[in-house]
Parts: sequence; C-alpha cells; structure tokens
Amino acid sequence: MSRVTGFAIEHTAILDADGRLLQPLPAWCADPAALVELYRWMVLTRTFDTTAIALHRTGRLGTYASSRGQEAIAIGVGHAMHPDDVLLPSFREHGAQLLRGVLPEELLLYWGGDERGSNYSAPACRQDFPVSITVGGHASHATGVALAFKLRGEARAAVCLFGDGATSKGDVYEAMNFAGVQQLPVVFVVSNNAWALSTPRAEQSAGMTIAQKAIAAGFTGEQVDGNDVIAVRTRVGEAIDRARSGNGPHFLECLTYRMSDHTTVDDASRYRNPEEVEPWEARDPLSRLRAYLVGNGAWDEARDDTLRASCAATIDTAVQAYLDTPPQPPETLFDFLFEAPPQALREQRRTMLDAVKAAQARAEASGNV
Amino acid sequence: MSEFTLVGAINAALRYAMAHDPRVVVFGEDVGPLGGVFRATDGLYQAFGAQRVINMPLAEALIAGVAVGLAAQGMRPVAEIQFMGFIYPAIDQLINHAARMRIRTRGRLSCPMVLRAPYGGGVHAPEHHSESMEAMFAHIPGLRVVVPSSPRRAYGLLLAAIEDPDPVVFLEPKRLYRAAKEVFEDDGAPLPLDRCEVVRSGTDVSLITWGAMMRETQQAADTLAAEGITAEVIDVATLKPLDAATIQGSLEKTGRAVIVHEAPLTAGFGAEIVATIAGGALYSLRAPVLRVTGFDTVMPLPRLETHYMPSVHRIVEAARTTVCSE
Repeated sequence: MSRVTGFAIEHTAILDADGRLLQPLPAWCADPAALVELYRWMVLTRTFDTTAIALHRTGRLGTYASSRGQEAIAIGVGHAMHPDDVLLPSFREHGAQLLRGVLPEELLLYWGGDERGSNYSAPACRQDFPVSITVGGHASHATGVALAFKLRGEARAAVCLFGDGATSKGDVYEAMNFAGVQQLPVVFVVSNNAWALSTPRAEQSAGMTIAQKAIAAGFTGEQVDGNDVIAVRTRVGEAIDRARSGNGPHFLECLTYRMSDHTTVDDASRYRNPEEVEPWEARDPLSRLRAYLVGNGAWDEARDDTLRASCAATIDTAVQAYLDTPPQPPETLFDFLFEAPPQALREQRRTMLDAVKAAQARAEASGNV
Repeated sequence: MSEFTLVGAINAALRYAMAHDPRVVVFGEDVGPLGGVFRATDGLYQAFGAQRVINMPLAEALIAGVAVGLAAQGMRPVAEIQFMGFIYPAIDQLINHAARMRIRTRGRLSCPMVLRAPYGGGVHAPEHHSESMEAMFAHIPGLRVVVPSSPRRAYGLLLAAIEDPDPVVFLEPKRLYRAAKEVFEDDGAPLPLDRCEVVRSGTDVSLITWGAMMRETQQAADTLAAEGITAEVIDVATLKPLDAATIQGSLEKTGRAVIVHEAPLTAGFGAEIVATIAGGALYSLRAPVLRVTGFDTVMPLPRLETHYMPSVHRIVEAARTTVCSE
C-alpha cells in the first residue's frame, strides 16, 4: 500500500481563559481600540440576550435561542465581514446580525412572532439572509449566493454560520462539496457548542474534528478556540479575505459551549450534568477579553460600568420600540407571498378581511370593543 | 417560423432566455456537454460556457438550494432535476425556503427561480423515473406549478416562468418530448401563467387535463366526435394558480366534466378541479363529474405500466357515462 493523502487540522488560540496572550497579537488589533470595540459588541449581545430571555419569561417574546457563552463567534465573524459580504446565519448568532446593522428591535420582532423582524432596514444587511430555523438548510443558499458573486466577478464573500448538529446533515455536506468543486467565495463557520438540543457532539459524528469534513470537500478546515474572539476574528478574517480575492472556500470550527438551554422552552437539566457546564463559566469570552484589556490599561471598572449602562439603555430603547410597534395589518398575511398575487389568493384575502370586519362588527354590537 | 418538438421548444426557450438575460443560469445533473439526459439543454453549454451552464454534483437538495441563493441575489436560476422520482430531497428547499423567502422577509429578498423536471410514465424508464406528483407541489403556498402539453405552450410558459419574479415548478411531460412538432416563431413571447387553454371547443362534455394526458384526451375527443358527442378539451397548463373562470365557463356550456390525470386518484389535482366546479358551476351540472386517473398504487415498472395509465378507452367510457346519465 502507498499513502495517497493525509491531513492535519490546526487549532488556534490567542487569548487564554484568564486573558493571557498565548502568542503575539495579530496586526489588525495592535491598537487596543479594536479589541475594545469587540468587547463592546459582545457586551451588547449579552445584554440583548439577557433581556430577550426576560421578555420571554414575562410573556412578551416567543421562544428564543440564547447565545450566551457563544458571543465571540458571532462578533468575530460579524466584525471580520465587509459590508458588501452576505451573512447567512443560523438562529443563535444574534451578535453577528447586530454588528451587521440589524436593529435589536428587528430581532425582537422576529422572535416575537412578527415577520417584519426579518425585513432588515440597514443598508449593509439588506442582502443578508434571515435566520435559518431549518438546521443547515441555508448552507446551499450560501453557495448559491457565492456562485452569484463568482459569476458576476464581484469580490465578495458569503459567510454561513451553523452549529455542530447541522454538520450531520447532507445539506451541509452537499453545500461544502459544491463549494469545493466550484472554488466558491464562501466561508462556513460552525459553532461547535457541544450540544444539538439534547444530543451531545459525540453522538453527531465519530470524526475527531468537524473541521476535517472540509478536507473531504476539497478545501481547508481548521479549529479555533471559539470563546477567544481574537482567534475567531483573526482566522475568519483571513478566510473571508481569501474568499473575496478568489481563493476559494474555507471551513472554521469554533469550539465553544452552549451555556443556556437550547431555547427558552428547553430544560437542559434533563440531559446534561451541571458539572459539565461549570468549567465553561471560567472560559467565558467576555470576561477573558475584559481581563486582558484591564491588564493592559485599556479598560477599567468605571468604563465597564458606563458600557453596561449604555448597552442596557440601547436595548431598553429597542425593547420599547419593539413593544410599541403597531400590529401588522391582517392582509399582510397575503401581501408578500407573490410579487403579484394571483386571483385566487386575492379572493382568499378578501374572505379573510370580511371575517375580520364581521368579527369587529360583532364585537361592537356586543359592546365588547 | 421554426418547427419544434416539445423538448426542442424547452431548449429554444432556455436558449432565448440565456441570450437575452445575462442573469439566467442553467444548472443540474448532466446538463453540460451532454445536454441533459433528454437533451433539453442541448448545445447550451457549447453556446454559453461552463459558467452559465453548470453540471452540478449529484445532489438534488443542493440544486434547489443553490437556486434559492442565486435567486435571492437577483439572478434567474433555471435548475433541472433529472427525473421527478429524484425531486423529493429538493422539496424541503421549495417548501421551507424558496416558497417563503419573499413573505418571510416582507419582500426584502425574493426567489425568482424555476425548477424543471420531466414527469410521467410511458417511456419504459427504470423504477422511480415515471411518477406524476404534481399535486404535491400545488399544495405548497408560494409556488406556481406549470405543466405544458405542447411545444408552443412549453416555449411560452417556460419563458414566462423564467421571467416570473417568484418560484415556479415546471413539470415537463417527457412522454410528449418528441411526440409531435409544432411550428411557431422563436420570438421570446411568454404565455400567461394563470390561464387554462381551451384547445378544442365542444358543447357536450368538458374533458379537463394537462401535460402528457393531453394526447389520450384528444384521441378520446376524436372518438367521441365520431359518435356525435362534441367534447371541449381544456389544457389546465397552470395548475397553480388555477384558472377557475375558464373551467367554470366551460361547465356552464357543457354541464358535464371528465378530469383526466396520470397521477393517483386520491388527493390528485383532479380533486381540486372537482371542488372548483362544485363551488362555481354546480347548478350548471347535468351529470356527476368523473375522474379518469392513475390508480392509488405505486407506479409500476414498465411491463405493467399500460394497465396503470388512463387509456383513451377509459376516458371515452367516462365521457359517455356523463352524457348518458340523464
């Protein structure tokens, strides 16, 4: 026998759990201001998360998927993207969406059960995809978007985020395979948070790493410490720049941990031991970056208090905007299905509006307005 | 004016669209140098190059998903699924993504894509190559479902599907791919995507069908004519949206209807047409509405196929029954 091929998967960590540098800082963050910016976004994301959970608990938001503990991935990715790139998120990357310009009140609208929350208003995210609730169903969309860039000769990248569970799906492998064949400008980022709802990573795949799946698809894959925003930002930034300059796809496996239940209607205590969760508190992405910044004199407690107050105010304003949003007119149930609704649909629309009017008339007649 | 078979008309429509709209991209399994297993994309690869005529990896969910991504970026993807029996992995993409992209983003993104697939039996193909599952697609909100039955209509309907700003499932009757030729101008003129076509006028019974069964239905109409029964033949062509007015208008004239489709009976699209007639033309009816369809069994392998397929005889018998039921 002769050896036909072989591979190695590299792992990158720059800032350890205690906020100590494991290697020199990359050039992009030589100025501590860049790291302060990342820290601000992570704090905003966590503030959003805490608030969203509270809104759910008080009956003012629907089922919500928390990103607590995984903020470094979303923020690293969002920060590395260029405005004209396209983000294709899963449902736990609120930070990347916020950083791209999606308004927190839009995210709340979506999770509150209102489609307008996916009609992002900021110019930079007008082409971004809405969250993909179907796990991994959006990976092929990323290749389609990247193919459009390639066909039009545009130096842009599609960035697709999903979790470890998604990598068990054929959809994700089919997309990676096609990206390899066509050398598409797409970067796949997996948040390996150890759990897909109640199913642990070991029950998803016997592969030692998820990153190595990229090797099978004919392009590069690597691991990073997903709780180290410097490592994520550095590695994904390089991948995006390579993709934008026509050097093909890349796969980044970010090792992290889902600190929350799967969603606000899940109870993780039914399937995982709290002792498994505890060590990950000490690996928190926010506290390690704060420790580094404080240690270098770029941050202090007073500034931290100011930041937290400012994030709370931003999110509070967003919550108010969300709660104050007038309801959608019932006919919007039909109005966006087709550019030009067919006759049969117009008739159904009229039927529904008649029912609405009749219900109003009955309510008025009974004095129950 | 040129002469086209149905598959030739598909090819001409694709060629016209690609030549006139740089956003049009054609892709699927073996659509490149081979020109597709039925040659629907014959010569396109040579004319437009590997960038716009893309041989895809053998993965149907991917093919549909790539179309979604391209369409959301403003391209005009025309994807081919090689046979309808292989389309099911793509249905997740159609239901969960293509059909709802516009509404779920309140119009911010949309999905102007066409998914083409040959359907139906009668060509002695292997297992999984002969099904007629059009009703499944008609049930999905947000999709248009088109089934041409002649070269001219295939040409105009496909051009309209490619121009349409929303997703279209375009099902091609492969039994008719080379069955007949029609002469028409290759001028890029689209046909409306919401109109049935009365292809034969009559007063005694309406024979309502689409796609490949048009041939047997026309033959049945000929037989009936020899008996003095004049049948009106309607090509539904666009299952969704359904042109209820044309169907109901025909029933007001004939008072009798036989619906013909190759797909299984139960929950077939014929049931929708029966309901349309019952809802809008019940008082015009002079006889029970009958359906002549495939049976509620698995599409057989070729040796038993003729027993499954609706025959001219069955259509004629059903029409006679409606006429004689008074």
